[in-house]
Parts: sequence; structure tokens; C-alpha cells
Amino acid sequence: MIPAAFDYKRAANAEEAIALLGEHGDEAKLLAGGHSLIPLMKLRLATPSVLVDVGRLTELSYIRDAGDHVAIGALTRHRDLETSDVLKAEAPLLAHAASFVGDPQVRHRGTLGGTLAHGDPASDLPAVVLALDGTLVAQGPGGKQREIAATDFFEGFLETALQPDELLTEIRIPKGTAGGWSFQKFNRRAQDWAIVGVAATKTNVALVNMGSVPVRAAAVEQAIAQGASAKDAAAHAADDLDPPGDLNATPEYRRHLATVLVRRALEEAGRA
Amino acid sequence: MNVSMTVNGEVREHDVEPRTLLVHYLREAVGLTGTNVGCDTSSCGACTVLVDGESIKSCTVFAVQADGADVTTIEGLADPATGTMHPMQQAFHENHGLQCGYCTPGMVMAAVSLLEENPSPTEREVREGLEGNLCRCTGYHNIVKAVLAAAKS
Amino acid sequence: MSILGNRVVRKEDPKFLTVGGSYVDDLRLDGALHVTYVRSTMASAAITGIDVSEAQAAPGVVAVFTGADVTLDPMAPGIGFLNQQMVRQWLATDRVRYVGEPVAAIVTETRYQGADAGEMVFVDYDPLPVVVEPEAAAAGEHLLFPEAGSNTAFELAFGRSDNLFDECEVVVRKRIVNQRVAPCPLEVRAAAVQWGDDGRLTVWASTQHAHGVKDEFARRLKIEPDDIRVIAPDVGGGFGAKIGCYPEEVLLGWLSKQVGRPLRWVETRTESMMNLGHGRGQVQLVEIGGNRDGKVTAYRLTVLQDAGAYPNSGAVLPFMTRTMLTGVYDIPKAEFNSRSVVTNTTATVAYRGAGRPEATAAIERGIDLFAAEIGKDPAEVRGLNLVTKDRFPFTTPTGTTYDIGDYEGALELLTEAVGYDELRAEQAKRRAAGDRKQIGIGISVYVEITAGPGMPKEYGSVEVQPDGKVVVKSGSSSHGQGHHTAFSMLVADRLGVDLDDITVLQGDTDTIPRGEGTMGSRSLQAGGVAVARAADQVVERARSIAADLLEANVDDVVLDTTSASFHVTGTPAVSKSWADVVGASDGGLLGAEVDYQGAGPTFPFGAHCVVVELDADTGKVTIERIVAVDDAGRILNPLLADGQVHGGLAQGVAQALLEEVRYDEDGNPITSNLADYAFISSAELPSFERISMETPTPLNELGAKGIGESGTIGSTPAVHNAVCDALLAFGVRHVDMPCTPEKVWRAANGLAPPEREFYIAGPASGTGSVPTPPDGDLDVPAL
Repeated sequence: MIPAAFDYKRAANAEEAIALLGEHGDEAKLLAGGHSLIPLMKLRLATPSVLVDVGRLTELSYIRDAGDHVAIGALTRHRDLETSDVLKAEAPLLAHAASFVGDPQVRHRGTLGGTLAHGDPASDLPAVVLALDGTLVAQGPGGKQREIAATDFFEGFLETALQPDELLTEIRIPKGTAGGWSFQKFNRRAQDWAIVGVAATKTNVALVNMGSVPVRAAAVEQAIAQGASAKDAAAHAADDLDPPGDLNATPEYRRHLATVLVRRALEEAGRA
Repeated sequence: MNVSMTVNGEVREHDVEPRTLLVHYLREAVGLTGTNVGCDTSSCGACTVLVDGESIKSCTVFAVQADGADVTTIEGLADPATGTMHPMQQAFHENHGLQCGYCTPGMVMAAVSLLEENPSPTEREVREGLEGNLCRCTGYHNIVKAVLAAAKS
Repeated sequence: MSILGNRVVRKEDPKFLTVGGSYVDDLRLDGALHVTYVRSTMASAAITGIDVSEAQAAPGVVAVFTGADVTLDPMAPGIGFLNQQMVRQWLATDRVRYVGEPVAAIVTETRYQGADAGEMVFVDYDPLPVVVEPEAAAAGEHLLFPEAGSNTAFELAFGRSDNLFDECEVVVRKRIVNQRVAPCPLEVRAAAVQWGDDGRLTVWASTQHAHGVKDEFARRLKIEPDDIRVIAPDVGGGFGAKIGCYPEEVLLGWLSKQVGRPLRWVETRTESMMNLGHGRGQVQLVEIGGNRDGKVTAYRLTVLQDAGAYPNSGAVLPFMTRTMLTGVYDIPKAEFNSRSVVTNTTATVAYRGAGRPEATAAIERGIDLFAAEIGKDPAEVRGLNLVTKDRFPFTTPTGTTYDIGDYEGALELLTEAVGYDELRAEQAKRRAAGDRKQIGIGISVYVEITAGPGMPKEYGSVEVQPDGKVVVKSGSSSHGQGHHTAFSMLVADRLGVDLDDITVLQGDTDTIPRGEGTMGSRSLQAGGVAVARAADQVVERARSIAADLLEANVDDVVLDTTSASFHVTGTPAVSKSWADVVGASDGGLLGAEVDYQGAGPTFPFGAHCVVVELDADTGKVTIERIVAVDDAGRILNPLLADGQVHGGLAQGVAQALLEEVRYDEDGNPITSNLADYAFISSAELPSFERISMETPTPLNELGAKGIGESGTIGSTPAVHNAVCDALLAFGVRHVDMPCTPEKVWRAANGLAPPEREFYIAGPASGTGSVPTPPDGDLDVPAL
């Protein structure tokens, strides 16, 4: 499996990357760790004519305590999330969930920004950032920055709120979730995507692979807010959701799994 | 375009198409055929090499992305002066951690990286740490044994 | 002390561990071009046009060929008794019959150019009805080969009577699917060819059987076998799927002639998942009857075998299933009927066990279902029905003669090792408590046939070189089994030479005159015996030469294997080395060749127990323990034997829990890569508890049976039985493999889809008593 030919542009900094995106428009794709994009290119399901490599922008790889939140550079790799002391202290759900992404080799290359920008509902970390009420920072032409709430970020299947000439630069995770959280991933094999996954704090619940986008389980959250038990709240896990059917699960089974996993997640988050 | 990287301690420089996958660069341009290709989907790990000391799947990285990096393949693991096998290679040998040998280079490199990050893993941690490397011959039993033995040595 | 029986680490390892093996794709052939096959995207369609003009003009393209260009005769099935009307084109011409079938061949300067040009071949298809399921194929509404008049490739019967179960108090019937799986050697198929100036063709192929490849090239390309040299370099696994030779490989010989250049070809994993033969693929009707006290008295198995689009060795698997029909049990009455049908899918072939796992799965599930029906413990029911130790050689109702066994011994060892009674007590506790997490205990007791179905045979030679070092040649070749070490041990033991001074040559038809290859767990008991006998002959010849040198009577000359020297009994101080002896021999070489013909196949056996935990809330099954007692006769090297069992166990778990090749209703494969196909990884498995048992076979002097496939044959039903045993807590007796979470969850929660009837259009071979077919006329290939 060989990708189709493309022009390769290596961006020296964020501004240059954004300029290159502007220059090449729809034909261009950003290349970070490449672990979502390259497999698609090898299968020729993606055939960008220009790749803008942002993988060397080390200035976008960081995890910082920023007072009321943790600031994470978009090019921070899963492995760095997994081992970050700052995250373990302030957003342990993210550090923990990062250790379930793909396999170690994937975690050595894949980046948080890359997985969010790809927007795959079957990926683990978009749901985690959603559950953590993260904020995404995008930079556009002329250094213009905007903040996008994670809840507004995922718009459709593999579609996000990012504009074609925007670069995701930072992810901000509010502090205060270390007290109770859980990540449940149900899959066939360790290296597989989740059949269904759940990221939960004491108040928030987000689901992996339960629709065309990573979603918050609104009905569950509402029930928790009204004081429902974990079991009763979890019964609403699949309310209003239209999960996909595929090789590994029918929609019916996914709905059921969501209720089981949400219950387990809420119980675990609540126990802390 | 021109890429240059240190492969097993030697600087190698070649002109390649940007789409050249690192594994093909290593096998065809550099001529090191120890690293194998086993799948199309980053699933099997046969192509695992170390880039800057960490395991990666070289079928899912373009050679241009590794420009300037320090790459170690199976051929670079033994002591270059004496030829003495790396403790991981030795452990695979002593524990019969290989049969047909096809997954072996990638498996050994993944295992080296695993111990680098977790020097004394439990059996479960070894099993999960090798989740990205598939083997059809050994049932993994002796591979896991070998990695645990290497951790002790 | 003899080296035999010791845990000797492999001689072949250092290369694999330091620079990697030399696989076909590692070869560098000067001037070689690359071949890329363009493949059908339709499962069943008429081809109405192929446009290759754009591909021909693409960068690096040397030539593009379609089926119309190929001048070779189309291929009737290579196995003579399969339906010969089911003819295959080298490159599809008028019709495609499965997704992945080659439609065009592109020859390019580089591999990347081939991938690009492959995107530029445009094929027009007119869709035809698709037959995916074997039951639909058997119904015969749509024929894959209208000229054949039927979708049936092969039928096999062993009598059928309407009163088989008349005397039974209890009869259990169950339709069971032994699903199609992908063998998945880590190395996919690859081959390279080069015509020499002398007109000879050299072929490098990733194969289990170099001599078989040579025969196939000769036959299909219509050239003299002597004009072909086949080399199997290191081979990255085969598991049965690389026994046979594939059209894409043979066609390279023809293509190379057309373009006048050497050619290289390696498929992608995606291509491999759609073209390397698949394994299993049986729909079975298991009928088992007996008395309420637990004695089984009658058994019938009816099999619908999925042969895939172009019948190959998979179509013959029922023969092996019939051979092992009644397993380890003494069942007085048994019947077997099968039909192998073509479907719009990848062809099936031999895969680790090849027809025997299917037999074991059927009878072992049958015993558990029977035990559940009469409310008895499955281990107890097994104990009541095992062929006892005093009955060997034992001939089964289907005419198979088992050499030797101790099935009760194996079961006893197993139940003790696993703590069977304690496990059942723990299970009872959980069942009584109504836990959502239940444990399941699965047992299987198996016997299988190795080096069959015919008589084992193999070529072996041993030559001592002038420097005293030894060259061994074998027609059996390793693709991971450790032949170099095993055969070296046999020779070292007999000649007293250091292991490191022995070189084993294999897999080169110019070096090895004849060879049966590696399949059917035959290598030690056929190839090993040949090598051992050759070594013995060399020692005998050497003794007589040494006698001359020592001026002694040959009867007084002994070989001291600790010092590798010959001396007269009682006077070791005066001795002659191997080099001395070789130096004094005619021509300065001392060797012997043996063409071994064995007395019959052997029947390894064992008992496996698997403990699982089943979560009824999610359907997740977790393997807690796998305990395996395996008896393959005398063990030459426990390290190698353990390794063979381990790999087999993993593949058994994989089939029982995870793996299945699937197609959608249009015949599109939906498990065509290793992300979708759930190839088992280390994280899904526990470490294994292996218990060795050694009952030497009387059929060869090594006492050895085969061990390559036992692990899979025993473990698959043990895992499957464990899952079904856990489901008993929820009132369910059976789910088909693979026991995926959704399937298990549905079963445990009363949501299983309605049971399907077994369907085979009419009895497989008429009604009434059908005589045993003339096996003598069936040239069943080694599997």
C-alpha cells in the first residue's frame, strides 16, 4: 500500500504553516504525527496534493500549568500526555486515557491536536477533551487566534469547526476534575478502536463511537444533576443517539454497552 | 527531496520522493532488509524501529519526517564492535521467542523500547506493551517470557 | 549423554535476531521489474471491458497484460477428483468470481509506479447474482460455473441410514458453524523469477513446499521440471496456506518471458487477505445419540464445506474431517456425509489442522451438548466414552487406525493439573449466586492425524565433508519450526559431531533432489527419520573405513560420540576422526541418502482445559487459564515442541473468540486488513500451562508423532466449550464461534437471533446406505 504522490512542505513555524494552508487551499493537509492521515493515504482514501508538515514545531509541544487550567500544545504526543506529572495531578483522566490510544508505537507519534483535528468519533481523546470541558485554540491568518469550546468543535463525521486555513495550537483543560473520573474502553483487542468508550468526571460524561461525532451524554448529565443514581442516570446513556453499526457491533448492542459502561464510569468516578 | 538521517550510528543521505515510507527507505535506499512489512494498516508492528530511541512503525512515517533523526533498526542493536547480542536479542534466543522470524525484528525493537520506558514490567504490562506487534507463530508465550527475562538481566 | 530430549536453543536464531531473515522480498535481483496485479472489485460479475491505455502510458510502466494476452491453458482444479469444469483463467477474462481475483498484471520499474498504474486500469463490470453462503451455493439457484451444472466441487459419503439413532434414549442435533478464518502468516505471499541464459527458470517463492512449486510451474508453463529451480529462502510462516502454489506466482514465469526481464512480486496484506487461501469454512450438522447413563452409541456428521470461488485443497478438507470423525471416542455407529460447494469468496485451503480441527470441534461440542442434555458433567461423559489404552491399534468406524494412545491418562493428568473439582465448585457457587460474571470450564480431548493421510515419506541425506563437518539435506523445509536445530540434533547424536559443525540445507530443488515439504505435522517423523537413517548409514560406512584404517575387524570398531572418533573396543587411545575416515573414503566424501517410507501416519492426542470468565452485561469473555496436555510421542527438543504447542493454542483461542473472515451480502470482504480482522495479540492471551506427556509411537524409531497442529486442534473446542459452559448459567447451551462480545451478550440475555436450520439440498449423496467411496481412487494431497 503506497500513498499517491504529493508535494511536501515543511513549516518552520505556525505562521508559515497557516500561510501554506492558505496558499494551497483544499488541496493541502496538515501532517502532524500522521497516524490518522498516513493510513488513509496508504489506502488512497486520502490523496492530498500538498502535505504541510508541522511535526517539527516543537514550540507547540508542551504541557503547562496555567493557573485555572492546563495548557497543552497541539503537537503534544500521546506518550507525553500519558507521562505528564502536571496532567496526572490536574487532569488525570486525560493522562490515563492517553495510555489507551492505539499502541505504544502510535502513542510515540500521534498528537493530541492531530486526533482532535481529525475528529474521529471512534478515537478516545476527543471524547475525553469533551468530558473535561476543554477549550481549543485555533490560529488563523495574520496571527488571529480564536477559542472554540470542545462542545462546539465536532461538527460532523470527520468534520470540525476548524477553518481550512486554521491551525489548532493549544488545548486548555480546566482544573478541578482530579477528584473523580473514569475512562472505560470496550474493544475486541487492546490495539483496536473502542466499540464504545466512556470518559466521565463526576458531572460530565462523553461517549466514544456512539454517533457521527464524539458526543456528550446530555441526558445522563441531566439525570446526575438531578441527583439520580449512577444506575438510573446510566440508563439514559444512549438517549437521542444514533450509534453506527459495523463489523463489531450493531447499533442496539452499542446502545446497551453505553448504558453498562456509563454506569461503571459513574460508579468509578463517584467512588473517588 | 534530500533526506539525511543517522541509521545505526552512520549518517545516510539519499534523494527520495516525499511519499517514500520510512520502511521502504530503510529497506531499499539504505539496504537494511531486517525491518519487515507485515500489513497495510499500522496493525502488525513488523516494521517497528527506534526513532530517537522510541519505537515507531516505520510503515506509517514518511522518510522525510525522519529527516535528521537517529534511527536504530534490528541490524544496529548488537554491539557493533564485538557483535555481542543485545540482552533482548539474547533473551529471545534463550527463551525461544521466535519461530519464522518475520515479526522478530519489529518485536525485539518494540520490546527494547518497552523496557526503556518501563524497566521492570509485570507480565500484564509486557502483554499490553506489545499490543501493537503481532506474531502468528509463538502464541506470544515465549516472547513475553523473553522480555521478562531481559528485564531481569 | 545423548543430546536428544534436551532443550537445545535454536541454531537458526542469531541471524533472525541480528540482521533478520532472508525472505523473498529481501532478495535483490539485478534488473528485476515489479509486478502489480489489478484485482476485481466485484464478487460476481461479467467483464464487459478492460481499459489499460492510461496505465500503459503511466510513468515506469513496461507492460500491461490482461487475460486475453495470456497464452497459457486455463487452470482446472489441481486436485484431480474435484469438479474439473470449474476452470480458472490466469487473469479473469469474461467473468470474475470473487473480490480480489486478478484481472490485469502491470510490470513496472518500481513498486511505487506499479501502485500508481494499478489505479489507472478501468474494468467495466456487469453484476451477476452473488453467492456468499455455502447454503445458498448448495441450493444451486445461481451457478458460479454454469458449464459445471452445479456448485458442487466434491462429495464424500460414508453410508447413511435412517435408523442410526433408533436405539438411542437421547439424540441431540445441532447446526454448528466452523467459521472461515484467515491463516495470516506474518509474511504475505511473495515470489521472484529469473530466466537464465541456459533457458532454465529460477523461482524464489515463499512456500512450504519448494518441490511442489517446481511441479506446478512445470505443469502449468509446460516446461521440463529439470529446467526449473525453485528456492524457498526463509519463509515467514505458512500454516498450510503456503502448501500450494498460487496463479499469481506461476504467471510470473510467463510474464517474465514476455518482458525479457527478471520479475519480483510481493502482495500487500489487503491482497493477501483476499487471495491467500482461507481456512475452515464448514457448516456442520452434528447429531449425537446415546443413553442417559452417558454412553454415546451413534454419531453422524453432515458437512457443507465452503470451497470458495475456485476449488482448491479446502474442498478436500471433509476427507480429513471424516478421517478423524469420532475422535477419541469409542462410538460403535457413525456416519459422515459432506458436500463441498463453490461460493463467490476467496478459495479455502489447508490451515493449521486442515479438516481435523473441524472434526474435533464437532465431536467435542457434540459431547458437551449431549452431556448438557442428560445433565451430566462433560468430563465424566468423556471418561465413559474414551477409547481405552488397551485397544490400540484401534480402528474407528470410518476405517482410520490409530497407532497408540492413552486418552484416559491425558484426561486424568489434565483434570488433576487444573483442579477440576475445585473449579466446578467455584462455578457452582457463582451460578447459585446468580452473578452476572460467570466462569466457564471447557474441556476437549482430541486425537489427530499427522503425516497423513497417505504414508509418510521424505528424502534426507547426510554427508561428511573432508574437514569432518557435516551437511544435511532434507526435503522438508522449515518456516519457523526449527528444522535446522532438530535435524542437527539427530545427526549430532549419531555422529558425535558438534551441532555447530552441521549445516542443514533445505528448500532448494537443485540441491535437494526430492521433497515433500512441511505440512501436516510431518517433518520430524518423516524428514527426521530420513535424516536419522542416513546418519546411521553414514556411521556404518564410516566404521568399515575406520576398521581398515585401524586394521581391525569392523565388528570391533565403535564410534565414540563424545569425542567423535572411531576406535577399537577397549583401546580408545588409538582413534580415527571423521576427517580421517572421510579422507580414506572413495572420492573424499562420505554420505548416505535415504528415501524414507513410513509405515503409516501417527495420531497425537491430548486433553485441554480452558477457564473463562464471561461478563453477561457486556458479553466480554476473558481467558483465565489454558492448560494443555499434549502427547506427540517422544519429544526430540522440548523447547521446539513447546513453541509449536504455544502457537497452536493461540490460534485456537483466536478462532474461538475473535477471528472470522466476513463478507457483506454483495460478497465484499469486510475483514480485509489486520485492523478489521481480529488477529489475536499478546494482550488477549494468558501464559499457557503446558503439560507434556510422551507415548512413543511404534511406527518409527524416533517414537515421534507430529506436534505442529495439536495445539490448535485441542484448544479451539476447549475455549468454545468454556464459553458455552459459562452460558449454561443463563440457560443457553451453544453459540457459534467466534464468541464475540455481542454474540455472547445476546445469548446470555435472550436476544440471540433465531436458530437456523441446517440446509443441504437433499442428502449429500442420495438416501439410504451409500457405500464407502473408493478411497483407493482418491489421491488426497498431504494437508
